[in-house]
Amino acid sequence: MSDPKDNFGFHHREGRATGEHVALTPEQEKARKKRNVYIALGLVAFMVAVFLVTVVRLSQNAGGVAG
Amino acid sequence: MDTLTQTGVSHAEGEAVSTASPRDFFDLMKPRVMTLVVFTAFAGLVAAPVDADPFLAFMSILCLAVGAGAAGALNMAYDADIDATMKRTRKRPVPRGAVSVSNAYGFGVVAAILSVLMMALASNYLAAGLLAFSIFFYAVVYTMVLKRSTPQNIVIGGAAGAFPPMIGWVAATGEISLDAVILFMIIFLWTPPHSWALALYKSGDYATAGVPMMPVAKGAKSTRLQILLYSLVLVVFAGAPVLTGLGGLVYAATSLGGGALFLLLAVRVFNSRAGEAGSAEEGELYAVRAGDKAARDLFAYSIGYLAALFAALIAEHGLGAYIAVPGVS
Repeated sequence: MSDPKDNFGFHHREGRATGEHVALTPEQEKARKKRNVYIALGLVAFMVAVFLVTVVRLSQNAGGVAG
Repeated sequence: MDTLTQTGVSHAEGEAVSTASPRDFFDLMKPRVMTLVVFTAFAGLVAAPVDADPFLAFMSILCLAVGAGAAGALNMAYDADIDATMKRTRKRPVPRGAVSVSNAYGFGVVAAILSVLMMALASNYLAAGLLAFSIFFYAVVYTMVLKRSTPQNIVIGGAAGAFPPMIGWVAATGEISLDAVILFMIIFLWTPPHSWALALYKSGDYATAGVPMMPVAKGAKSTRLQILLYSLVLVVFAGAPVLTGLGGLVYAATSLGGGALFLLLAVRVFNSRAGEAGSAEEGELYAVRAGDKAARDLFAYSIGYLAALFAALIAEHGLGAYIAVPGVS
């Protein structure tokens, strides 16, 4: 069993900071937030692209069967 | 309180927490190279004798762009050490410290996988397979094996950059035809004179980094001769689409006029002393010493020449400007 405190500076059960956490500078925090937003947008774009491509391919195949 | 501040400490690796912006990751993808990849791939797709669904065609081109960008990111991750020593490349995101090597590898691998998967979904398995192979060829065969070991690095490695129009063609048709191979060969033959013209006026940079580019390994005179010979073969071969009927009158005129100027500039390089003065002091791509101007001019023109050839194909097959060359079936 791992140390309950060894969880990126947070105590598992008590849900409080152990005091050994990483303090980001405002610049690092801002950069991380911006990267997270872009990663989220990328994932959403990928999901939408997969959906749309699938719909177009299915409609092509359905058209082929019907024709 | 036992707080670890972030001067050189991170969760897992002991690296500083990144301040990289999305723009830094975009720069990892070599946007300038991506532009040419998109353009030539689009030409291959438009020139193919099949009307592809516009949305799927767009997605295929997007996959190619992302795949090329992924290969660029992997290249920058592996080459961070030599990029840091070269004036032209030391401001790239990894040597600049904006993106860590491991993050660049991670970004490249994820982008490569997603682009290949999406290509398989949007077009066909052959196009996806070719895209995967071209990424592997550029990131592993060229970057990790050839680049630091042989002056023929960009001759063989140039194949990676020659794939996009063929992949565009295959994405539309599902098969590799003679015309697709011809489009591949045009870029394959174009790469040596294009890259060596740059290497001539940046040879000091390559020598410092220990990269055996032709001017470093065989000298400027030998490189100028090889540029001339490759240019001759390229200009003659660029006429091949006219013989198969892929290129019409517009392409023929572009190939003839553009090829003549290409040869003229290659002869000028051959007769110059380009590459013998060392690199320009400034690191910019087009910065040049007086004696190297002929090489710089050929490098700059070669990009326009290739773009013009493929633009002619787009005009003929996409905009209805095709007029068959008399005597060609």
